[in-house]
Amino acid sequence: MKPRVATVWLGGCSGCHMSFLDMDERLIELADKIELVYSPIADVKHFPKDVDVTLVEGAVSNVENEEMARIIRRNSKFVLSFGDCATTGNVTAMRNQFSPDEIMHRAYVELADGDPTIPSEFTTIAKLLPQAKPLHEVIKVDGFLHGCPPTPDQIWFAVSELLAGRTPELPNVYLRYG
Amino acid sequence: MAILTLTINGEQVSGKDDESLLKIARQHEIHIPTLCHLDGLSDVGACRLCLVEIEGQSKLFPACTTKPQEGMVVRTDTERLKRHRRTIVELLASEGNHQCAVCVVNNHCELQDLAYEVGLQYVRFPYLYPKKELDATHKSFVLDRNRCVLCTRCVRVCHEVEGAHTWDIAGRGIDCTIVADMNQPWGTSPSCTSCGKCVRVCPTGALFEKGQTVAEMEKQRDFLKYIVTARTKREWVAEETEE
Repeated sequence: MKPRVATVWLGGCSGCHMSFLDMDERLIELADKIELVYSPIADVKHFPKDVDVTLVEGAVSNVENEEMARIIRRNSKFVLSFGDCATTGNVTAMRNQFSPDEIMHRAYVELADGDPTIPSEFTTIAKLLPQAKPLHEVIKVDGFLHGCPPTPDQIWFAVSELLAGRTPELPNVYLRYG
Repeated sequence: MAILTLTINGEQVSGKDDESLLKIARQHEIHIPTLCHLDGLSDVGACRLCLVEIEGQSKLFPACTTKPQEGMVVRTDTERLKRHRRTIVELLASEGNHQCAVCVVNNHCELQDLAYEVGLQYVRFPYLYPKKELDATHKSFVLDRNRCVLCTRCVRVCHEVEGAHTWDIAGRGIDCTIVADMNQPWGTSPSCTSCGKCVRVCPTGALFEKGQTVAEMEKQRDFLKYIVTARTKREWVAEETEE
């Protein structure tokens, strides 16, 4: 049976997923080796059970992210912090110097082109956590892939190692932030 | 001045009694990581990254401010030291706001280099996200306290080399911060000569030139050696002509 792989997009810019897609023709090779069971690039509604490897992009920024992180942990054998936001908070965590109320006001009132309204009761957007946190502050993480975003080569290396049943010990050349 | 013999990492080395352990180690190509040290400035032992073990002593000593003794046995690379160095870098990361992705010195940053050197995969401590102020009032430069690691290189270069003593440190503990003159906006400082030495010696993106974009600013530190050497040798003092 092929390894079941998932990729998840929490509080990030999707740059890590863009970089994932930048693996180009290697994606075809990868598609033969894995079963992609959940991803923003696949239309799957619920995070499945019994996932072998999950790549998590982005910081844990709102209640939805937090709930998702716990589901990922419960259902995955190996969780990889995918990129700098998941690993350090990075750009997503720059909002931590302000309260969620200040941020919502800035985004939906001060910067509104028209109809300056904060979405009521958070019915359409998930409620912000007091602070955006790196993934390992919320759930146990098994490995880290740095970079904003990680390069396609780094991702290919990490995924290949994982599929070979090894924990990716990234060589120093791949250890880079930003 | 006397010449002493000591052992560093099992290797017999010699050095002068008024030189630091760091200087002696470097003369013998023994690498010790540093952050607050910069050749040409006085040493203050602020960052603690150059800690070394000395046989017969239970505590650790900063190599930059410790003088050698005859027969001293020093180790710079033990597991204990590596553990401490990684912890120091982690604490610096958690106590500041170091977002490499949006920093003007990304890939040219000494803190980042140190994190790579100690193999920092993630920070075990909770990030504190302190609210720090940015001062962009100077016409040419910016002080971003979010990136400051309080190494005091700027304070020392301004005082010891430029002679202006514009910079200083205010506050205590986690509230420590770099201030210009009487804690006023940098642009209003009457003592600042706008020489830019502080910007050049800053190891991170805390001090940078205006108009620089992400990963653009490379710090040139060669000037310091040039000035300090020229002063020591009195290269700029005109020879007195005999009447």
